[in-house]
Amino acid sequence: MSDSGSSFAKPGFVPGPPLWLLAELTYRCPLQCPYCSNPLDFARHGEELSTAQWIEVFRQARELGAAQLGFSGGEPLVRQDLTELIRAARGMGYYTNLITSGIGLSEARIAEFAAAGLDHIQVSFQAADEEVNNLLAGSDKAFAQKLAMARAVKAHGYPMVLNFVTHRHNIDHIERIIELCLELEADFVELATCQFYGWAELNRAGLLPTRAQLERAERITNEWREKLAAQGHPCKLIFVTPDYYEERPKACMGGWGSLFLDIAPDGTALPCHSAKLLPVQFPNVREHSLRHIWFDSFGFNRYRGDDWLPEPCRSCDEKERDFGGCRCQAFLLTGDAEATDPVCGKSAHHGLILDARRQAEEAPKGLDELVQRNVRASQIICKG
Amino acid sequence: MSGLNPEQVPVLRRGFRFQWEPAQDCHVLLYPEGMIKLNGSAGAILAEVDGVRSVAAIVAGLRERFPEAEGIETDILEFLEVARERFWIELR
Repeated sequence: MSDSGSSFAKPGFVPGPPLWLLAELTYRCPLQCPYCSNPLDFARHGEELSTAQWIEVFRQARELGAAQLGFSGGEPLVRQDLTELIRAARGMGYYTNLITSGIGLSEARIAEFAAAGLDHIQVSFQAADEEVNNLLAGSDKAFAQKLAMARAVKAHGYPMVLNFVTHRHNIDHIERIIELCLELEADFVELATCQFYGWAELNRAGLLPTRAQLERAERITNEWREKLAAQGHPCKLIFVTPDYYEERPKACMGGWGSLFLDIAPDGTALPCHSAKLLPVQFPNVREHSLRHIWFDSFGFNRYRGDDWLPEPCRSCDEKERDFGGCRCQAFLLTGDAEATDPVCGKSAHHGLILDARRQAEEAPKGLDELVQRNVRASQIICKG
Repeated sequence: MSGLNPEQVPVLRRGFRFQWEPAQDCHVLLYPEGMIKLNGSAGAILAEVDGVRSVAAIVAGLRERFPEAEGIETDILEFLEVARERFWIELR
C-alpha cells in the first residue's frame, strides 16, 4: 500500500472528509431481489478482503474523518468475521450500522453483535405481505424470518430502521407497509422507491411505478406523518421518490467524492456503489492508502469540481446545487458518462425519461417477468 | 416560558451517541446513518446529559462554569426543548 503515485487532485478544490464509509463486505447473498444495486457482473468479481484488510480500511478511513460505517453487501451476515469487524470499528469510534435482509440473523448473533458494540440494525423488507415479499426475495421463508428478527432487534434495545424498497408491485400497499413498521416499533422507516442502477435498471420496465401510484403513496405517507406528529410519536418516515419523475437531477451522493466512500468486496474504492459500471479506473485499497485514494486518485477526482461539466450544465445557475446530476445514470442512459443527467428537463436526452414514464403507463412488465439477481443470471448477462 | 420540568432527567434517545469528532472540530450527535454537528453551546449542554442529572442540576452546573454568560438558563432550557422535540433526548 502506498501514498505515492501521481496526484490528480484538482487545483483549488479541497474535498472534505469521507464522512460515510460503506463496507460492502461481500456480494454473496441468499436472496435474489430483482432491484439489487450490486453490479450485474458481481459473479465475476475477485476475492474478498480479509478480516485484517477490512480492519485496516476502517482505521485509515477513521483517520480521514469517517464517522459512520455501514456493513453492507450482498448480505454482510454471510461473513463469519462480522462480530470481529464490528468490535474493531466500534473501538475506533465509528457509529456502526448493519444493513441486512435479516436472513442469517438469529437471537444469538443479535446479542453477540450488541456485545461487540453494534449501534444500529437496518432490516430490509421486500413487501408487507408474505407472498409478494417471498416472490421478490426469491425465498419461501424470508418474510417470517424478517418479522421475527425485526422483533428481536427491538427486544435487544437497538434503534431500528426498516427499509422498504418500493416499486410498482408493492407501492399501492404503502399504508399496510407503514402500519407494519409501526407495529414492529421501527424508529425510522425508509420508503425508498427503486433507483435504477444495477439489477433495477435491467428490470426497470417491471419496476417503475406510474406517476399516479407515486403521488398516492406520497399523499398517504404525508397523512401518516401528520398523524404521528399529532401523537408525538418518534417514528420518522423517510420517503424517497425516484428521480424519473423529477425535472431536475439529484445532487448524487452530495457531489462526486465529497462525503461517501464505498469499498467493494474486492477492495475497489468507489465514490458510490454503482460507480464501477463507469468507464473510469478506480483504485484498490490493496494497492493504495485511503489518503491517496480520497485526495489524489484519478477515479475520485474525475468528476470533482465543475471544469468537466458539459453544456447546458456549465452555464446553468443550478450547477452548484446538483453538479450535473448522477454520472451512472447519465452513462447508463446515454452511453456518455460526462453527459447531463437525462432527468434534467434541460438535457437533450430528457426524452429517454419521458419514454420510461410512458412505458410505466402503457406497457409495464409483470412481477413474473423480472430477472432475479443470482449468480447464474449474472454469468449469463455478463458473459466473456 | 418552557414546558420542561426542572426535576426531570434528560437522557439521550436510544441509538443516539454524543462524541467529539476531531475531523469536524466539534461535538456531534450520531444516530442511524446520520450525524448532527453541534455548535459550542449545544455541545456543552449535551455533554452534561448523562441520564443522572436533572435539568435543574445541569442548569446550576453550567451557570457555575459560565458565570459571565447572561440568560444561560433560558438558552439551556430552549435547547433541551428543541432536542426533545427532535427526539434526540427523552425526559424521565
